[in-house]
Amino acid sequence: MLKINNLHAQVEGKEILKGLNLEVKAGEVHAIMGPNGAGKSTLASVLAGNEDFEVTDGSVDFEGKDLLELETDERAKEGLFLAFQYPVEIPGVSNINFLKTAINEKREYQGKEAISAKDFMAMVREKSKLVELDSKLANRSVNVGFSGGEKKRNEIFQMAMLEPKLSVLDETDSGLDIDALRIVAKGVNELKKEDTASIVITHYQRLLDYIVPDYVHVLYDGKIVKSGPKELALELEEKGYDWIKEEIGQ
Amino acid sequence: MAEYTENELAKDLENKEYEYGFTTNIESEKIPNGLNEDVIRMISAKKNEPEWLLEFRLKSFQIWSEMVEPDWAHVKYEKPDFQAISYYAAPKKQKYESWDDVDPEMKETMNKLGISLEEQKRLTGVAVDFVMDSVSVATSFKEKLAELGIIFCSFSEAVQDHPELVKKYLGTVVPQTDNFYAALNSAVFSDGSFCYIPKGVRCPMELSTYFRINEAGTGQFERTLLIADEDSYVSYLEGCTAPQRDENQLHAAVVELISLDGAEIKYSTVQNWFPGDKDGKGGVFNFVTKRGICHTGSTISWTQVETGSAVTWKYPSCILKGDNSTGEFYSVAVTNNHQMADTGTKMIHLGKNTKSTIISKGISAGESENSYRGLVKIDRKADNARNFTQCDSLLMTDRSGAHTFPYIECENPTAQLEHEATTSKIGEDQIFYCLQRGIDEEKAIGLIVNGYCKDVLNKLPMEFAVEAQKLLTISLEGSVG
Repeated sequence: MLKINNLHAQVEGKEILKGLNLEVKAGEVHAIMGPNGAGKSTLASVLAGNEDFEVTDGSVDFEGKDLLELETDERAKEGLFLAFQYPVEIPGVSNINFLKTAINEKREYQGKEAISAKDFMAMVREKSKLVELDSKLANRSVNVGFSGGEKKRNEIFQMAMLEPKLSVLDETDSGLDIDALRIVAKGVNELKKEDTASIVITHYQRLLDYIVPDYVHVLYDGKIVKSGPKELALELEEKGYDWIKEEIGQ
Repeated sequence: MAEYTENELAKDLENKEYEYGFTTNIESEKIPNGLNEDVIRMISAKKNEPEWLLEFRLKSFQIWSEMVEPDWAHVKYEKPDFQAISYYAAPKKQKYESWDDVDPEMKETMNKLGISLEEQKRLTGVAVDFVMDSVSVATSFKEKLAELGIIFCSFSEAVQDHPELVKKYLGTVVPQTDNFYAALNSAVFSDGSFCYIPKGVRCPMELSTYFRINEAGTGQFERTLLIADEDSYVSYLEGCTAPQRDENQLHAAVVELISLDGAEIKYSTVQNWFPGDKDGKGGVFNFVTKRGICHTGSTISWTQVETGSAVTWKYPSCILKGDNSTGEFYSVAVTNNHQMADTGTKMIHLGKNTKSTIISKGISAGESENSYRGLVKIDRKADNARNFTQCDSLLMTDRSGAHTFPYIECENPTAQLEHEATTSKIGEDQIFYCLQRGIDEEKAIGLIVNGYCKDVLNKLPMEFAVEAQKLLTISLEGSVG
């Protein structure tokens, strides 16, 4: 589904990603862990197409297409979803209107007709239950006046509504209490299908108690320096990152 | 994704031509350029006006002749040469027996504007008083309104058919001496709309006029007089588009509203005069005086969405004369390219327990300058007056300007005044968020801007709100930088 090869990227002239390789297949969940400043959020931003980051080398293949050649909105319409670490507020634009616009843009891109109001509302009811999002929030302005936990749940709600092929969750667990964490994880797990995949970026192992990854990767200094099964996350939790630094000779 | 450079932005804006920039070739009857007493007598004679109205015009001309054009607004423009303007133009064919007799080309114009009368009549239930070059060519729904005693006609007709009402109220809210452009309008006004709602009548439909400048070099001096008698209600819509021109066109209208005891007037404007091209050439000068007076327990509510004009200079205001009266002002002003707008309101609290609300949303794009200027005045007798003001400015580019000039004069210690103001730049993070959800940049800006203006758009009647939303999006296409 996704193949990242030797990816280099910089922001304001400073190189953050320094030759990153990663392959994600359909049906898989990959966790990416690593210390602060390793480039985890940069990876998410580059994949989504944030213009603040400049790709200087490497390639990214997404479902047979050159991802880096696609515009940000085209990447989304092709099925790439980013759950933001800090979801922005859009005053005056209701969540419902926002999502309906997004869904219809995608459907138009796929050559489908706009979704009917009835189908859309049925979908809203079904998916908001999944993340236990109060239906009142659906009518409020996008993220305005939402608590930290509500914002993150809203990200997962949007993910459920947009039905992406590949979801990138950028530190979705940060700032969440244990109940919110459980709800977010439940949402992600229920959305998991054979033909979809997720990349879960996180600082802490605790999210991985709920979202069980197929692979765990350690991102350090702009590269993936170690990959392993889910047990690797436990080891990192216990021992920190220093032993990895030693292992790679730094 | 390639970075969106200033060059690309410039190209985008160049490609965006004024949507309604067309002209019609209807033969016009036009009097020679220039302004003097003879011209005024000629206008008055052509319109077969009574002596008192001629006197009103001549006195106004005298007042105007002694006035100096003001320059305190935060706008720059080349002052019009008042002797180079023709003060009267009317389509030659003036009388139509039926709708079928109306010049087909004129109908075509209306179709392009999307306001075909036939459709309006059949579908929307909106009575339209269409003003093209100063003379009303069609008025619909007149009979239905007449059953309720509502008078809705061109100003000229009102002068002929209801002179007592015109005489009683003309110039009572905006006196001839008020300001330079009001004095000029009072001297030379060509036509406009007149509306009277009798006591206790609730006008069952939105009344609406469309204005259009259609004669090169013709200044347009509209005069609107709207009287809501005791305990009546009316919602009035005004919308404008204008054809593309190289020379500047002056538009100096006067609108007077009279809201008698217990009455309510909602006056909504969607304004889209030609704003000039990408270099700031051409475009309409919109110097308008709009004011209403509220008697006891009455309400006047101004709602405006301004996207056009090269230079806009206007302050729809309320004089809250009666106790327990209410004034409201809801405004969205968009400026792009080299447009300049200095707009706001005046709320003059004279009566006790008077309330006013001001919500102003400015959006500046390109290299434009957008200013809010507002006065809240509490007279010493106005016990327990309240005002709430909220002024927000949104900057789309680094080269545009947003300014706020609030004036507060309070002479009564029981007043409660609140003022909130914010300035923000359209968030790249907001746009990125929308893009990541698959919404392209143009739609994203439309969503964000319409969200920002929601408090004002909500105050517009339904069909107008939709039009206004489209207009906002069109006005700001490709304008983030």
